Amino acid sequence: MSTNQPLINAFSSALGIDTSAVTDELEYNTIPQWDSVAHMSLVAELESAFDIMLDTDDIIDMSSVAKAKEILQKYDVAFEDKE
Amino acid sequence: MNHLDIEDFLSNSPYQIEQQEKEKILLPFLAQLSNQHAVACSPYGKILKARNKINESYASIQEIPFIPVRLFKEFKLTSIKDEDVIKTLTSSGTTSQTVSKIYLDRDTARYQTKALVTIMKNYLGNKRLPMLIVDHPNVIKDRASFSARGAGILGLMNFGRDVTYLLNEDMEIDFEVLGEFLKKHPDEPIFIFGFTFMVWQYLLKPLHEQDKTISIPQGILVHSGGWKKLQEEAVDNNTFKKEIKTHTGVSSIHNFYGMVEQVGSIYMECKEGHLHAPIFSDVIIRDSFDWSELPIGESGIIQVLSILPHSYPGHSLLTEDLGHVVGIDDCPCGRKGKYFAVIGRIPRAEIRGCSDTHASEVSL
Repeated sequence: MSTNQPLINAFSSALGIDTSAVTDELEYNTIPQWDSVAHMSLVAELESAFDIMLDTDDIIDMSSVAKAKEILQKYDVAFEDKE
Repeated sequence: MNHLDIEDFLSNSPYQIEQQEKEKILLPFLAQLSNQHAVACSPYGKILKARNKINESYASIQEIPFIPVRLFKEFKLTSIKDEDVIKTLTSSGTTSQTVSKIYLDRDTARYQTKALVTIMKNYLGNKRLPMLIVDHPNVIKDRASFSARGAGILGLMNFGRDVTYLLNEDMEIDFEVLGEFLKKHPDEPIFIFGFTFMVWQYLLKPLHEQDKTISIPQGILVHSGGWKKLQEEAVDNNTFKKEIKTHTGVSSIHNFYGMVEQVGSIYMECKEGHLHAPIFSDVIIRDSFDWSELPIGESGIIQVLSILPHSYPGHSLLTEDLGHVVGIDDCPCGRKGKYFAVIGRIPRAEIRGCSDTHASEVSL
């Protein structure tokens, strides 16, 4: 199964937005739903979805969906569209 | 200084550069901020102009013009367009008092976060630690309007995991939750954060009164928010630390000094009990009569300098706090630069620390 789906689900559920709104271009602080509070829920969702623990620097740097994918790859999470 | 210079600078180790060198590094950043804000923020520009400080080239950081922190309550001081504001920070003044409003754009917000990360890592290590918050879970529930307290807690949550609130909604210690949390994390350092007054009022006092203790020997307590209310109860930092050790077993205790007008530039207390200025900010102690810089050991008004504020003219501020420089470059903890102590507020300054405003709402 593509790991894109768990990622999209994590964003959708943490930010309370439709899965269709979760695109690579979506950026932190550009929609009211992705603010600093939601960012904390997002971190928790991603950590449990992929069973990882993010570093503080990565939490801070996770400024877009595309960036989240890039960061998660450091934790050995692979995404199909990067193949 | 452009964008990239600052980003690099903010990931540097924050306490390695000696004062003389540090001042040379800070000067061009601060000089440029003064001139940039004078152009972008017209009320600020007028102040500098009235004082003949426009487009001056500054020979030292001591010459960088400063404005009273109070001006952020009285005027809208911003150097960015309304549509670039992503967050407005307000100080913790209660409803009877006016609050400061600080307007952030994305760059400044990011600088603040990065600076905080760099500082906190120096004390907590690189790994995120299981985190206990001495507050109740609703403190960040209403996200449209959470308090300065909520914003502070949220900022520190980046350093924690398995974030757990120690108090319930009635502001009582939730012993059950604490027990489960400690069972899950028996042998690892635990990051505990709370506002000074909250820790005193809702953790230490009840433990003391009920003659109870909790045991978190691996805990690292970071707290902030002002001492004024505790001073009224004759509780100073040493008493506070002693009570913490007695009732919780926590021996690593770090107060920090900071303000909403310079979020990110916090001054953390080391194990020697000294507040340290990180590389991207500094303090100058001023004589209240002629504004001259006071030597080590002499108390005066604290001026804070920071290279982080790009969206508002808050890079050089005269606070309403009194303090003195304890030493420079030679703290036994090994951190370079100035280290100092805050001894109180200028008489008749309003109560405004994050925990003090809560204090003014409860009867002691």
